[in-house]
Amino acid sequence: MITVKGQPIRTTNETFPETVWAEHVAHIDRIPRPIAMIGLLLIFLGLWQAVHVFGLVSPIILPSPAEVGRDILFVGSNLISGGYMLSAMWITAQEALLGFAFAITIGFSLGVLVGETSFGERAVLPYLVAIDTMPKVAFAPLFLAWLGFGISSKVALAAFIATFPIVVGTASGLYAADENARALFRSMGASRWQTLWRLKIPNGLPQIFTGLKIGAVGVMAGAITAEFLGGGKGLGELIRVAASQLQTPRVFSLILYLSLLGYLLFWTVVLLERRLVFWHRASATGIEEAR
Amino acid sequence: MMQQAVEAGVRHVPGRPIYQLRNVSRSYGAFRALTGINLDLTEGSFSSVIGPSGCGKTTLLKIMAGLAPPSTGSVILNGRPVMGPQRQIGMMFQQATLLPWRTAIDNILLPIEIRDGRQAARAHRDDAGALLDLVGLKGFENAYPRQLSGGMAQRTAICRMLITRPEVLLLDEPFSALDELSRDNMNLELQRVCLARNATAFLITHSIPEAVFLSDTVYIMSARPGRFSEAVTIDLPRPRTLEMMTTPEFGAYVTYIRNRLDEGAAP
Ligand SMILES: Nc1ncnc2c1ncn2[C@@H]1O[C@H](COP(=O)(O)OP(=O)(O)O)[C@@H](O)[C@H]1O
Ligand SMILES: [Mg+2]
Repeated sequence: MITVKGQPIRTTNETFPETVWAEHVAHIDRIPRPIAMIGLLLIFLGLWQAVHVFGLVSPIILPSPAEVGRDILFVGSNLISGGYMLSAMWITAQEALLGFAFAITIGFSLGVLVGETSFGERAVLPYLVAIDTMPKVAFAPLFLAWLGFGISSKVALAAFIATFPIVVGTASGLYAADENARALFRSMGASRWQTLWRLKIPNGLPQIFTGLKIGAVGVMAGAITAEFLGGGKGLGELIRVAASQLQTPRVFSLILYLSLLGYLLFWTVVLLERRLVFWHRASATGIEEAR
Repeated sequence: MMQQAVEAGVRHVPGRPIYQLRNVSRSYGAFRALTGINLDLTEGSFSSVIGPSGCGKTTLLKIMAGLAPPSTGSVILNGRPVMGPQRQIGMMFQQATLLPWRTAIDNILLPIEIRDGRQAARAHRDDAGALLDLVGLKGFENAYPRQLSGGMAQRTAICRMLITRPEVLLLDEPFSALDELSRDNMNLELQRVCLARNATAFLITHSIPEAVFLSDTVYIMSARPGRFSEAVTIDLPRPRTLEMMTTPEFGAYVTYIRNRLDEGAAP
């Protein structure tokens, strides 16, 4: 037996009463999410209806929820039956998708140039930062003048807006690899190319996807802005025409379907992110969950 | 255990030289991080460095590994000058630094994949599994790093270091982030591997008992500028056991080194 100063080591083994008690959760935080969300929507619609019932705002400026609802159904049926609105939506979708594809290609390449080479960081980055601070929508007339009123000028503006967040996301993603991991790769004799593809790019995916998500929002804004300014046959043109004819319910419902398009694009990116960046806590759960 | 004890008998016979450092120094601008380092490591020996934070231990290790050049002096490994990363070296750092998007086994195979490609890595899967087995992680082949505790992650890092069968192990405080129980187990594991493979090991540590437990020689470093102030030979039989840590001899080594470090720290 192990002893201390000739005595056995003393131990105690008392038992105590359980002290189990419930933590307090505020009532408002106990409401389940679907009920909370639907409830908030109903409150919003109720206030909107009240504005309408009391005649606070002219119906031309703000139509009633019911009117907008009817128009949403009308536009929806036109879309489903493959009417002219569907082809408008398809055109806007093409502009956004092509713009996104260009933005990803150019943004990722420039991001690697900036994040991986000191030439890129010293010579290219300052110009990118300078251009990024400009209001990029102001370039729209230039793109229209250069590329005409077809789809390409819209693609160009969409790509132009979305490229910068992707550059920034990619470059900061490449910077994110910590010194320990870099030392590990050097000690294994990894080439620059191997370090890039096996360490820096996968490690930087959370930042790259942040850039992609901002870019996905940006391409929609770019495509619509270019349509407002340069016509064409997309959803933006339909919105502009409806607004000029004071068809306010139509404007509302077109915006809704436009948002669905943007939402679809955004969610595609988020789902891809969850697949690829499953190992990163904040990317896989947390704030993204709510989206 | 018996077989290892037999192998251990060879250890104190001076082996062939592995590392020879002559007058190695390193400066960062005007700041002298290391000066006049001379070091000889023979095959199968285990050496430790202990010294205050910032005295240049990591700098020395990086120079030995060929990850950074010395400002003066020469580093010879196996008779050839070190001018870049070396194949026969395995390294470990304070953090396990596992890639979180790879499973344990794919992390272990990373050095093979980097050196010889994916196909070679696939061919070594069984080896990697055997290593996991060796460190008590059987069944964790497909676990991701976030599913591993700190000790398990560090064990996986040991496997990653060993998969290329390195002759030389360079270890920078590999276990200092672990609790004492895991640390003792890691030390046993490390000793076992070194004895079984006749590997030459060089360990940086802040733990005097760890240094005494593992080493044939403990180098005491002092700071500003970083240099070896003393080399203490640890004459304890191998393989060493955790019980030996309570013996008076072990305690004497620990006390001696602690006193020398305290003297070095005094102004
Ligand atoms: N890249 C560097 N540039 C400038 N100073 C450095 C650099 N790396 C290390 N040092 C300095 O050299 C000294 C030794 O560092 P290091 O070898 O990391 O010490 P240790 O590992 O013993 O704690 C420290 O004072 C540190 O600040
Ligand atoms: Mg250090």
